[in-house]
Amino acid sequence: MKKITVLLTSVVLSFGLATAGFAADTIKLGVAGPHSGDLAPYGIPAMRAAQLVVKKINAAGGVLGKQVELLIQDDQCKPEMATNAATKLVTDGADVVLGHICSGATKAALGIYKDAKIPVMSPSATNPPLTQSGDYPNFFRTIASDDMQARLAINFTINDLGKKKIAVLHDKGDYGKGFAEFAKQFIEDSGKAEVVLFEGVTPGAMDYSSIIQKVRRENADALIWGGYHPEASKIVSQMKRKRMKAVFVSDDGVKDDSFLKVAGEAAEGAYMTGPRDLSKNELNKAAYEEFKAEYGTDPGAFYQEGYSAALALLNAIEQAGGTDYDKVVEALHTKYVETPVGDIKFDSKGDAEGVGFSVYVVENGAFKELK
Amino acid sequence: MDYFLELFLGGLTRGSIYALIALGYTMVYGIIQLINFAHGEIYMIGAFVGLIVAGICTIYGFSGISVLILAAIAAIIWASAYGYTLEKIAYRPLRGAPRLSPLISAIGMSIFLQNYVLLAQTSDFLPFPNLIPDFEFMEPVAYFIGSPELVILVTTFVTMILLTLLIKKTKVGKAMRATQQDMSMARLVGINVDRIISLTFVIGSALAAIGGVLVASYIGQVNFYIGFLAGVKAFTAAVLGGIGSIPGAVLGGLVLGWTESFAAGYVSSDYEDVFAFGLLVLILILRPAGILGKARKQKV
Repeated sequence: MKKITVLLTSVVLSFGLATAGFAADTIKLGVAGPHSGDLAPYGIPAMRAAQLVVKKINAAGGVLGKQVELLIQDDQCKPEMATNAATKLVTDGADVVLGHICSGATKAALGIYKDAKIPVMSPSATNPPLTQSGDYPNFFRTIASDDMQARLAINFTINDLGKKKIAVLHDKGDYGKGFAEFAKQFIEDSGKAEVVLFEGVTPGAMDYSSIIQKVRRENADALIWGGYHPEASKIVSQMKRKRMKAVFVSDDGVKDDSFLKVAGEAAEGAYMTGPRDLSKNELNKAAYEEFKAEYGTDPGAFYQEGYSAALALLNAIEQAGGTDYDKVVEALHTKYVETPVGDIKFDSKGDAEGVGFSVYVVENGAFKELK
Repeated sequence: MDYFLELFLGGLTRGSIYALIALGYTMVYGIIQLINFAHGEIYMIGAFVGLIVAGICTIYGFSGISVLILAAIAAIIWASAYGYTLEKIAYRPLRGAPRLSPLISAIGMSIFLQNYVLLAQTSDFLPFPNLIPDFEFMEPVAYFIGSPELVILVTTFVTMILLTLLIKKTKVGKAMRATQQDMSMARLVGINVDRIISLTFVIGSALAAIGGVLVASYIGQVNFYIGFLAGVKAFTAAVLGGIGSIPGAVLGGLVLGWTESFAAGYVSSDYEDVFAFGLLVLILILRPAGILGKARKQKV
């Protein structure tokens, strides 16, 4: 009887060893996101990006001489399924995780990865507190957060243009008002400038002359607009009519050819943030071609961000010389990696530096990228 | 004080445009008790015609204010034709029907015209050329009141005087007033009531077209949807002043324009519409027929 127990124990032990030995032979990249359900179009491109990257890296000899293994979990963008997916990935021994896709699902899952000490990188979760709260040191993302545009616009207005009195207007919509509220908060936090006016206007109103007069009365030297181009065109035209000198700074809802066309001369000198121009990025083109060759269609949402996240995670393991959590995280913060969204590393909060948006200015009837 | 004057002039400009459009609502209502919901669309079509004609004129080398005048004339003719046709096909067959039927027909025409322009033109915003040049003599006060505002104020003022003369002094005006007072009696004394009604639509549409061209060149853009919002505001102005009353529409337009302008200037533009419609509710509580409207006795 005793012999049998010993025998059994040794068998179990050897199995355990075998599993451990096997685990050491591959790098496990978890991929979580909606792969079924109505939000699947947001998750599948990133999953395919991970598959393409892994295929390419494995063909070239893998990471640190080891093959990369994909562990794919579906969370349907639902927080409760995301925690299940996360637990499964942790039990399966994922070394790093690419995901999740929706901000809500990501938030729900992050605690589990944090306890298991697994670095997580999302190609699409844009909710600002995910990185900025500092609650999740294991979280990174290759997409700009929701407040990134406002942060960029305000930094530019205050530091580059040196404006002190800023009027913030918005169109009362989710997008415009969200931008304007972040802008207001960043101006107040900076301590270098003040918000002299913060108001919403009615989109489609006949004219904005009273609000423009008000901006003038407050002696604002900059006007930040959160909203879309039709109202922006009216505002810049009326500012010009009223001979106002304040600079106009806005968001990517205004960076549209219609703005140039409709506002015409009045648009000259207007600043706005907009998605970074990636058309000159060779890796971006290559990633696109890879997808096209494999699937014969356009990639879809968050493909390039997903591709970049997979590259960044595997590169960090390579740089760290292993899958040790602290070393991988340090590599993510310090080592640059070339990806389809640019040459990136991650700041102390986990946001990719230099990803997403640039400031543009209207010059001779065209948008010109400033920085 | 400067600020007050700026807001006053801004409100006056906006209000006079509301008044121009409101006149169309109120004249039609005065005669056939129909709220012509497609009137805002006539305004929008006027603006589009102005845009097209201005483009053609520029190609043929016209310039400055002459383009504005040609565009406005074309817009007036075209929009009047629309107004005439609208009445002929959508409202005349329903004369004598319960009041709800022509109302529904009007809403239908409004949707139809919007979508027609959407399909025939574009859903995007189109730039409207700046047809009102910046006058030299306005330059010192340009920060205060620009040339477009001046042109809008003068044009609407002149238009309204002409309209008043037409209604008070001419034979046609007399026939219109007679039709408004009692349609069957007017018919008995030999007035061609159908023609007078058509004429009312034509005049209302012409006024809306003038408003459309002026506003479009003031704000520099047109879109198939602009008629809806302008229509809602002008209708509010007409009700505010007392629907059916011509001086009421003008007063209503101006009061609405000033309310919006002062609310945006002194309180917050967030509450611009709250004040505008709050005022409407208040006035309808105190004077249910509007500021200058006469409460009609129901004949039982």
